[in-house]
Amino acid sequence: MKIDLTDTTASKINKAMVKGRRAIGTPAVGMVLTLVIVTDEENAYDALKAANDASREHPSRTLVVIRRVSRSPRDRTKSRLDAEVRVGADAGTGETVVLRLYGEVVGHAQSVVLPLLLPDAPVVVWWPVNAPLDPAQDPLGALAQRRVTDTYASEQPVRELSARADAYTPGDTDLSWTRITPWRSMLAAALDQVTVEVKAVEVEGEEFNPSCELLAMWLADRLDVPVKRSLSSGPGLTAVRMDTNSGPITLDRADGSLATLSIEGQPDRAVALKRRETAELIAEELRRLDPDDTYASALRFGVDRLNAPDGKSGAKGTAPGEAPAAKGESVAAPAPVEAAAKAPAKESAAQAPVKKATAK
Amino acid sequence: MSSSNPLRDPADRRLPRIAGPSGLVIFGVTGDLSRKKLMPAVYDLANRGLLPPGFSLVGFARREWQNEDFAQEVHDAVKEHARTPFREEVWQQLIQGMRFVQGTFDDDDAFERLRGTIEELDKAQGTGGNFAFYLSVPPGAFPVVIQQLKKHGLADQSSGSWRRAVIEKPFGHDLKSAEELNALVHEVFAPDQVFRIDHYLGKETVQNMITMAEDIGIGGRAGYYDGIGAARDVIQNHLLQLMALTAMEEPASFDADALAAEKTKVLGAVKLPKDLGRDTVRGQYAAGWQGGEKAVGYLQEDGINAKSKTDTYAAIKLEVDNRRWAGVPFYLRTGKRLGRRVTEIAVVFQRAPHSPFDTTATEELGSNAIVIRVQPDEGVTVRFGSKVPGTSMEIRDVSMDFAYGESFTESSPEAYERLILDVLLGDSNLFPRTEEVELSWKILDPIEQHWDKHGKPAQYQAGTWGPVEADEMLAREGRSWRRP
Repeated sequence: MKIDLTDTTASKINKAMVKGRRAIGTPAVGMVLTLVIVTDEENAYDALKAANDASREHPSRTLVVIRRVSRSPRDRTKSRLDAEVRVGADAGTGETVVLRLYGEVVGHAQSVVLPLLLPDAPVVVWWPVNAPLDPAQDPLGALAQRRVTDTYASEQPVRELSARADAYTPGDTDLSWTRITPWRSMLAAALDQVTVEVKAVEVEGEEFNPSCELLAMWLADRLDVPVKRSLSSGPGLTAVRMDTNSGPITLDRADGSLATLSIEGQPDRAVALKRRETAELIAEELRRLDPDDTYASALRFGVDRLNAPDGKSGAKGTAPGEAPAAKGESVAAPAPVEAAAKAPAKESAAQAPVKKATAK
Repeated sequence: MSSSNPLRDPADRRLPRIAGPSGLVIFGVTGDLSRKKLMPAVYDLANRGLLPPGFSLVGFARREWQNEDFAQEVHDAVKEHARTPFREEVWQQLIQGMRFVQGTFDDDDAFERLRGTIEELDKAQGTGGNFAFYLSVPPGAFPVVIQQLKKHGLADQSSGSWRRAVIEKPFGHDLKSAEELNALVHEVFAPDQVFRIDHYLGKETVQNMITMAEDIGIGGRAGYYDGIGAARDVIQNHLLQLMALTAMEEPASFDADALAAEKTKVLGAVKLPKDLGRDTVRGQYAAGWQGGEKAVGYLQEDGINAKSKTDTYAAIKLEVDNRRWAGVPFYLRTGKRLGRRVTEIAVVFQRAPHSPFDTTATEELGSNAIVIRVQPDEGVTVRFGSKVPGTSMEIRDVSMDFAYGESFTESSPEAYERLILDVLLGDSNLFPRTEEVELSWKILDPIEQHWDKHGKPAQYQAGTWGPVEADEMLAREGRSWRRP
């Protein structure tokens, strides 16, 4: 059922929720978390639909915070909160409140959200678009254990990745990172099958897709070898090529759904690697609410260290501006093959923390 | 292998456990279990990205099929029964590794062809010689298949590869037959390569009152069921396993050895009631109505001897003779054609020694309870007393429910998915071991022997919660069965 409230307050909304639950005869609250979606009117529908689908796996109270644009100075001084309370079949497996904020209250959204959070249960904030550059410092972000951004939706995704790395606070995460879990999982499975030493990696994908950079940085961080980011026309990620001491390992996905895994000395195999819907991404994101250290480590590796002739050097020495210029060109590394060969793959994991410390 | 894989990191908890290169051979692939559970589970695993690239599925059956016919059959089974949506690219990944081998279990040529198929798959799909043999076959065919696997060298592990056997209940029909069966299997497969499927242990949820009720009759299983009965069919494996999990002490860790050690201790400490006639009840369903449909009695079912003494209902009382459970009775019951289909574990608490309320206020108050619902609708219910609103003092039972979020949808992983993945990973946590099977028979054998010699099953109307004798058994001790 739906209850519309115009020019209302958080306490009236709470009352409406209790009333709604009573009316449908299920007064018990079995929800596991509060999901706050901060968005604009344009993206609200899709985001809420994804959240409702994800709520099948994670029953939650979903609060959609929509900041309305006021067109005149007079409107901007007036403050108004409208709410739409949905419980039962209209709200997935939890309950949903769509909050529309006008005027001054737009700047104080946390005052509306705070009283509506489920007691004790964890809070997740998700910005489908226009995420703040420092999510943990954002008044809404400060309420949450987990802050989900989506760099893919930004104008300059690669630059934004650097900003995210600088502002990283435990609990931050990004959907462009979530998108590559199947790739990471398949690459790890490929290295389970053969004991080899990786010498260099190339990650190929469409431009303006931060997932490619994140995957490249994760590989560079874990393998401690030079990683090249090259461009293709997509869709999304199209290939990862690992150059190893016993021939190449390639994971190639030209069509965005079915990929081919080729390992030297083994038959080619088809693997399903379909690009996933937002609902699946959100569901994965809500499965674990503790800080994602692997993401932090990959993100902090730094976009500007990709394509460098040596994965280890030039950490902060490279001016940020130089990186985009190098992107796309084949910066083949003649020397590092030797250098990397000396560092057995086993040691790279042990080295990682040291390396991180120096990178800061 | 994975310890040296730099892309694996225990802190990276998004990466799922993917099985290494491997394949699954299903014997009896045309059967119901295979179509409704195994094939869909394999597809669902692939769809969740949990199967290795190149995973292969080999069907073995008598039917005159080509590889394509088999693939079509799997396709239909998946479309009808898989819980995740059908996706073409996942299907394309799977179909490359699908093969069918035609033959009967005593056909040497067929097993040679099977070996050829496995070798061909190692080359074409990179399965690396790692194969699990799923024996979805009638108990009678069991020894033949095991012997054939041995004879044709299919159970031989070479150069770091593995061969595993997956077997379904019944694990024998008493202690002696179970021992024989174990000896037979272990002659061919090492103990840690044998996986006994008890699909209840693959569920997300897993007093001491354990109920497993089915609303269906024996269906077309007359040949199998008559002479076996509810106690052997269900109590010996499912219920004793659930009881062991409920009553065991906290294991040192969640690895297979630590878990098996605790479960074995509980099963070893189980004490049978002194008077078996008094503390066990068996029954047979009589004609009646179940859920709005007319149901015939067990003795009237097709293929059942009208004088059969097979139990379709069994209820037993057990004690666990250790310090923690001294004096706490465990009641286990199972049956066919009961009120509805449900499996649950109810821990019913004693009443507090002193109640500050008047007896009139607590007249309607029962015992507090925690109920672990295994199926359907997995979750936990807590029952406690609450004051009824109003000026007068009255305390009445209320219950508080926790439902697994996933149970709201079809996307709750099927038990078989988890178990097949564990077999491929070689993780034997959720599989009962030889000792557990034998200990379970030690518990059940004396009861079955007593039943053989004394009396006959009590009759109960189909669609009810079992014979009155079972109610009387609890009433004698001032207790009553919970209505699930």
